[in-house]
Parts: sequence; structure tokens; C-alpha cells
Amino acid sequence: MTRKQKKILIRIICAVLLLVTAFTVNGGVASLVLFLAAYLVIGYDILIKAVRGIASFQPFDENFLMAVATVGALCLGENAEAAAVMLFYQIGELFQSIALGKSRRSIGALMDLRPDSANVPDGNGGYTAVSPEDVGVGDTVIVLPGERIPLDGVVILGDSAVNTSALTGESVPRSVRAGHAVQSGCVNMTGVIHVRVTKPYGESTASKILDLVENASARKSRSERFITKFARYYTPAVCVAAVALAVFPPLLGIVFHGTGAWSTWIYRGLSFLVISCPCALVISIPLTFFAGIGGAGREGILVKGANYLEALAGVECVVLDKTGTLTEGVFRVTEVYSECLESAELIEYAALAESGSVHPIAKSLRAAAPDGLNGRVENIRETAGKGVCATVNGKSVSVGNAALMAELGIKVTAHGGGTEVFVSVDGVLGGSIVISDVLKPNAAKAVKAMKKAGVRRVAVLTGDGEAAARAVADTVGVDSVKWGLLPDGKVAALEELMDGGKGRTAFAGDGINDAPVIRRADVGIAMGGLGSDAAIEAADVVIMDDDPARIARAILIAKKCMSIVYQNIIFAIGIKLGCMLLGAVGIADMWYAIFADVGVMVLAVLNAVRAMKIKEK
Amino acid sequence: MIKTYKIEVDCANCANKMEEAAGKVQGVTSVTVNFMTLKMTVNFEEGAEESRVMKEVLKKCRRIEPDCEIYF
Repeated sequence: MTRKQKKILIRIICAVLLLVTAFTVNGGVASLVLFLAAYLVIGYDILIKAVRGIASFQPFDENFLMAVATVGALCLGENAEAAAVMLFYQIGELFQSIALGKSRRSIGALMDLRPDSANVPDGNGGYTAVSPEDVGVGDTVIVLPGERIPLDGVVILGDSAVNTSALTGESVPRSVRAGHAVQSGCVNMTGVIHVRVTKPYGESTASKILDLVENASARKSRSERFITKFARYYTPAVCVAAVALAVFPPLLGIVFHGTGAWSTWIYRGLSFLVISCPCALVISIPLTFFAGIGGAGREGILVKGANYLEALAGVECVVLDKTGTLTEGVFRVTEVYSECLESAELIEYAALAESGSVHPIAKSLRAAAPDGLNGRVENIRETAGKGVCATVNGKSVSVGNAALMAELGIKVTAHGGGTEVFVSVDGVLGGSIVISDVLKPNAAKAVKAMKKAGVRRVAVLTGDGEAAARAVADTVGVDSVKWGLLPDGKVAALEELMDGGKGRTAFAGDGINDAPVIRRADVGIAMGGLGSDAAIEAADVVIMDDDPARIARAILIAKKCMSIVYQNIIFAIGIKLGCMLLGAVGIADMWYAIFADVGVMVLAVLNAVRAMKIKEK
Repeated sequence: MIKTYKIEVDCANCANKMEEAAGKVQGVTSVTVNFMTLKMTVNFEEGAEESRVMKEVLKKCRRIEPDCEIYF
């Protein structure tokens, strides 16, 4: 508790004691004095603020309203009510300030990425700790096990496992060794590593993410703007209603019966004033978004604004890029069909023949071959679009597609399911190797989870050919697929899908070559944000690792957040209007009014904090 | 020029009022007050003198919420 909060707490305790004694004394001058004392102890600052408000022509603040309501109650002889209204109002304020401070801290802790210091070698084999801001690009920092990596960089010495969960939500540690890039905010786990810094502190991953999350709630959602507007009219409207309630019925009474029952109606009018503070709404709505954005951040989902969280909740159509989103984006040997050579031999010949090529297929062939492969390779002739012919260990080897084999007069039958590479040795077909982009293990589950989260339509757009596109679409079970699209073709295809449905459309891609499509979608989601600044820049929502299942998580978090927002709006406005109606006809007295104001605010704040935690699956 | 300042204010409604008041100060194009992170982001007009503008912003905010603080 801060000093301010402690002071209020002491005042509350004093006031409660005074009130209890006042009740036990029961009547007479003594109890009047005690009630007044309690009232002044708890409410003196409100009265002072109210007077100051009037002096500066800002009358419609809650201090003024509370002051008028309680002073009015005192004048009517309702001393207990006056003191109690002030007391509960202050308890509500204290609670609110504690709850806000707490959620500020816990959301801050969720995103605890800020490194305290960086260890810089001092030249004698040791190191000194300096502030990360003072480390420049090209400097070396030493990261001990258990420490947070202070700045983005490349490992130059040592190997270790790093925990990226603070950035990505992924709990399996990543192993790193010399040459690997590491991001600030990750925790070094097992070994000492030396890192050459590649980015200054201000541009490092940790600072950027913190910036994004902290500024996210500055982009206000429609609901927040609605509440701000509502608050602007609500308080004055209630005040006018209170005056009307206090004045008109008695006047009518005088006209028709000759008596006005002034005190009854003024009391009802004063109850109105107690309800007139829109605090419950004004606090709980932004708090809900803040908590939701914080909770998502902890799972490696960065939402760049409350408005995007709101849009995400209304997503009915998710459009996915294939390569890198549903698939690994890396070509691998997935199948080997032997004709007259063993599969290991086939791969060896293919890898040797392709040893000089930089084509992605050649790379994946070499990756499939065992390490330290040796062989005499001569006479390499590469034909673009067909393949490679070479002499390997004295044998003439050809590696390529069906067109190359046809040229050599070798008859082949295609097996399909990816890019098939045929290998012939001395004019005889040895077999074929199928290379394809591997589906992510949980791609199908991710699409199912999206459907479960309320997405009506999942579509895939890809620049790849029909066979590959269909294979992926069928395996993961999407509703539609379009292939052979260039980036601008993807934008057009996305627009077509956006025209179809009423709900919002989200597009998820890797954020590098999909940037225009990501910008065009209602909600642009970039996958694999860790280590890719382009992705973080372009998108509205960034998924730090490349797990497509997190798209459904993001939608679920957004939906829960929005349902809490609506609950609070309906609950708070409903209870307040209800109490006003009951108050107007005399059923609810000032005690109900206190509940309508403070009680609703407390409940709304507690409800808002729920947005931070969303159950697993 | 856009700058962010740490602020102190107790109630969300007051934060909204501060935002409104600060936005009307001369030399400021727009102001966003983030009650959750207690930060005020000020978008200054071209050539505006930061310290003078911020003094005025603080004065206007204090008139609405005497308890508030802006650190600049």
C-alpha cells in the first residue's frame, strides 16, 4: 500500500469506529456529534475538492456530487446516511486504487522482459555489470546461466539452452551455439555464452515488445470511446433528473393537494446524485482490455491495440498463408522410392551431384545426406528448370525432374505428393526422391481449434502450385483454397473473401512477403515475430513463435475479453438505471444508491481482472 | 514530435478529463492519456517549445484535478 492508501485506510477505520459508537449511543446530541465527526473525518477532503471544483467552474465531478448529496442528507436530518455514503464512497475509491495498482503490477510482471544489467568483459578475464543502454552495437556481453539476455545479438562463444517463453509462450527451451542469433528477453539456462550485440537497447526485441504492449491500450476500442461519450452525458443527465425529481413532484403536490412532501422528494433526488458517478464503467472497460492484452502477451501473442482485440473477437473468416504458416516453410526429403538402388545410396548420389548447386532442392538433398559425405564429383552440368548431370566416382549421374529423364530417354512414372526428383546412374533409373514442405505437426489441430473458437470459414491462399496446395488443404481440412497467387493476387483473393461475410476477416502470414495482405485484412496476424522486425511492424497481432494454434487462442482471449466488457456495460448501466427507477418511486433509499455506485464498481473491477487469465483449451 | 510522460492521477474519469483539457492547449495536436499505464502521450505541433507547452498542459490539468502530476 502506498502512503496515500494507508492514510485513507486509517481514516476509514476511525470513521467506522465513530459510526458504530454513534449507533450504540442511540439518539440525542451525543450521537449527532459522533455522526458529524465521522462524516468530517471521512469526507473533509471531498468537501474541499468540491468547493475548489465550484471555484474553477468544473462543477460536475464526483466530489461535488457526493458533497451535495451528503450535505443535503445532513440538512434533512439523515445523519447516518450522510456519513455512510461518504464512508462507502471512500472505501470504493481505496479498493479501486489498490485493485488498479495490483493489476498494473501483475500485468507488468507478465511482461517482465526488462534486463537489469549487461555483463561486459573488463579485459582481465572478468566482467563488469553495466546498464544495457550503455552497450553499443558490436560490443560483446557475457550472459551467465539464469540471466536474461540483455540485448539482441549473435552467439560467438559457448553453447547453452535458452528459454524463450517470456517472448513466445513456448516452454521448450531452444539450444544455441556459436553463430546463432539470440533475442533479448530470453533467459539463458545452462551454459555461459558470449554474445556480440547487433542492436542497441532501444531497438532490441525486449524494448520493442514492452513498448508495443504498454502502448497497446492507447489505441482505444469502440467500446471505450462509447463509454467516454456516455460518461460525458450521463452525469449531467442524472443531475438534471435529480433536480427534476426533487422539484416537480412536490410542486405538483402543492397544486393538487396543497402539500408538497418536500423532504421525501429531495431525499430521492439526493439518492440520484449518489448513483451518478460513471466510475464503474470508466475504470472497468479499459482495465479489461489492459488485462486481456497482458494475458495474451504472456502466451506470446502481441495485440497492438484494444481496437484490434475487439476486431479479433468478431473474426468469422480466417485466411491463412500456406508456406510458413501451416507448413514449416522448409523443404525436406519426405519420401524415397527405390528402383534398383538402396534409398541411402540414392540420396548420397543425389547429394553429391547437387553438391555445387544453391537451389533449394539441392540444399534439402544435401541436408538429407549423412554428414561428412565424400566423393569425387566432376563435370557438373546444371540445366535450369531440369536438373543436374555430373560424374560421381566415375559414374555418370543425372538428378532432375521428369523432363530431364525424358531427355535422357529414361522412362519414369511420377508418384506425386510434392516435388519429385529422379536419379539415374549410368543411364538406368535408380529411383526417385520426393521433396516437400512439411506440414506443421499441429496444423490440422489449429484449424479445428479455430472452428471451435467460432470461426465460420478458414481459407488458404498460396503462391504454390495446385498439387501442393490441395494436399495441404485436404490434410488440415480448410473450407477453400486458392493457389498460384502472386502477392497482389493474394490481396485480391482476400478482398473477395472479405466481401462474402458479415464478420471480420483475419489474415495470418509470415509478415515478410505477405505484408500488403496483412495490412489489407481487418486483422493482420504475423507469424514468427521473434527475430523478425518486419513482421512486428506490419501486423496488428503478432504471434511470436510460429505455432498456428495460437491464432485460435488469440481469438478465444479476445472473445472472453469482449464478453467481460459487455457484461460490465450491461451490468453497471442496468443496476444503476434499476436503482434510479426504484429510488424515484421510493422503494430504494440511499443505501441502495451506495450499492449501485460503489458495489457495482467493485464488482466490475473484479470482473475485469478475469480477462488476464484464460483457461487452457 | 511525439513524447510520452509519466503521470499520476487517481481516477479514470479524471484521466479522461485531463486528456480533453490537455488536447486544447496551444502547441498540441493531440493527447492520449493511458490510465492503465499512467502515461500521457503528447503529439506536439511543428516548432512548439516542449517545456512551455507542457507547463501549460500541467496547469490546465491541475485546474481539473488538483492532485494530478505530470513528470516532464
